[in-house]
Amino acid sequence: MSAAPLLRVEGLKKHFPFGKGILFARILGHIKAVDDVSFEIEAGKTLGLVGESGCGKTTTSRMILNLEEPTEGRILLDDEPIHDLQGAALRAYRAKVQAVFQDPWSSLNPRMKVGRIIAESLIVNGWGDAAKVAARVRELLLQVGLRPEQAEQYPHEFSGGQRQRVALAAALASRPRLIVLDEPVSALDVSIRAQMMNLLKDIQAQDNVAYLLVAHDLATVRHMADHTVVMYLGKVVEKAPTAALFADVRHPYTKALFSAVLVASPVGQQEEIELRGEVPSPLNPPSGCRFHTRCPYVMPRCSQQEPALREVSPGHTVACHLFDATSP
Amino acid sequence: MSDTPSGDTVLEVRDLHTHFFLRRGVVKAVDGVSFSLKRGEVLGLVGESGCGKSLTALSLMRLLPKGGARTIKGEVLLGGENLLERTPAEMRAIRGRRLSMVLQDPQTSLNPVFTVGDQLREAIERRRKGASLAEIMKEAVAALRRVEIAAPEQRIGQYPHQMSGGMKQRVVGAIAISGEPEVLIADEPTTALDVTIQLQYLKLLKRLQAENGMAILFITHDFGVVGRMCDRVAVMYAGRIVECGPVKQIFEAPSHPYTRALIASVPKMTGTVGRLTTIEGQPPSLMDLPKGCRFASRCGLVEQRCLDAYPATVQVGEAHTADCWKVSPS
Repeated sequence: MSAAPLLRVEGLKKHFPFGKGILFARILGHIKAVDDVSFEIEAGKTLGLVGESGCGKTTTSRMILNLEEPTEGRILLDDEPIHDLQGAALRAYRAKVQAVFQDPWSSLNPRMKVGRIIAESLIVNGWGDAAKVAARVRELLLQVGLRPEQAEQYPHEFSGGQRQRVALAAALASRPRLIVLDEPVSALDVSIRAQMMNLLKDIQAQDNVAYLLVAHDLATVRHMADHTVVMYLGKVVEKAPTAALFADVRHPYTKALFSAVLVASPVGQQEEIELRGEVPSPLNPPSGCRFHTRCPYVMPRCSQQEPALREVSPGHTVACHLFDATSP
Repeated sequence: MSDTPSGDTVLEVRDLHTHFFLRRGVVKAVDGVSFSLKRGEVLGLVGESGCGKSLTALSLMRLLPKGGARTIKGEVLLGGENLLERTPAEMRAIRGRRLSMVLQDPQTSLNPVFTVGDQLREAIERRRKGASLAEIMKEAVAALRRVEIAAPEQRIGQYPHQMSGGMKQRVVGAIAISGEPEVLIADEPTTALDVTIQLQYLKLLKRLQAENGMAILFITHDFGVVGRMCDRVAVMYAGRIVECGPVKQIFEAPSHPYTRALIASVPKMTGTVGRLTTIEGQPPSLMDLPKGCRFASRCGLVEQRCLDAYPATVQVGEAHTADCWKVSPS
């Protein structure tokens, strides 16, 4: 990596206190939702963040959106820390980092016309007079494959796929550098998913916008992301360029995730690692490697010592004791 | 499809029509659906939102949503008897014992204010009138053990909120199969589950099926799940089954242009990463269906005859049919 990355996440932690009682609340412990996560996103590239429910991928994305303060660690956009931003600086950050969420039924205000939803961030950021805003809204609707006159319609008049296009247009309005895409296609029908994924790629090519793609579907990540980070119970377990990861999966958890992908074919099912049990509670995560309770390759030291991320091939890092012996 | 059900056909649906009668007009949500299900077989019913796959299932169960939905035509033959002619009381005896259903969201199919044991008891009690509470509870524990819930003796006293999504879906499964039904309808049972939990659940369903030989109608939108679970698959579009055949044939040589486009638009785990194939346009409105082929407006192969009349069902292979003017019979 030669150029400085657009976004840098360094040692990010988020611990939520949990307790008992309301008036005289006692804190009983902390849920370590995100625990020491680091990665980088380059300008105009896509980073895929993969994992199951409760792995911390959404909490991580919320911290990047500056909706949640990290307990420890920091996030830098263009080498500037994003914490403690206020007033105009915070608004400028929000213009640069936007989001599209999973559910297009709940992410659009049902009482606003679509044109107004898209114009909202332009108005907040003082884009210009009404005519300029209207011109930009028209441009955005065309860019996401809708008709300019649809600005006068309400969200309920649109299908799921079209609503997701509206959400994307609203995110693109302020010309962001980074868009957090939190499961952007998982609520859409199969045939509509492909349209949305193609559109996202076209827009990235045109506008050089970077994406943080939070997703659980590995095939989607394979088609969209340049780099992939796999998380389990708040930790990064594997991180690699997407092509390298899909060619050579290393971590047992990632292997299990891959073998749980159901291929649309009746033949060619590869070896399946069926994980026993469920993800342990983040309230009381297992000692050592957090995956050791479900890992088919568990060794004695896995429950005692936490594995560090180490490089197994250029750019491909894995946190697993199986790779302790192999030096990079 | 033959007219007379063969010996091991447990469920046969013939020309089912379920419409919504609204003030604005008639929504033809299920409009001429026919299929059959053999003992021990898994038939996948695949399609996108609004194609009528869930309403087909509810029509079989005779549990139509309130608000003008009526089954106006067709037959649902379970072991030869037409369920559409049964009285509500007779249907109550059939549901859960001969025909059972698992829904998508375990959060809403379990009652939050009763323990898991109470809800299992309700299902078992109806079947085993006069059994003592101890006997029923023993059976409930056994039912939980069958769906591989660890420590069932403790779990039986717990409420749904104390369980994870995967475990709740197992409980729903335990209730559904406690009556040893001949046919289980599973409506997207794993959509709300994580991928590793989904795989566990599908394997469990397969094991249970191998044990008691029930037939499963598996409703899904995910071709990956079809590949893992099903023997045959029926593809639905705008209220009708447009293609039906063995899974291997549908994946390797789909006949209907819609099936082909649908399979092509799924991102793959292997091969080159390129632009995905898309299906442009939208399905037709179910209130105003075209007289011709319902996929014609989005089909790349469309001709005049596609717009003029609905295509006849063509036999394209052994037990493989497609409704399309452009396919030739085998």
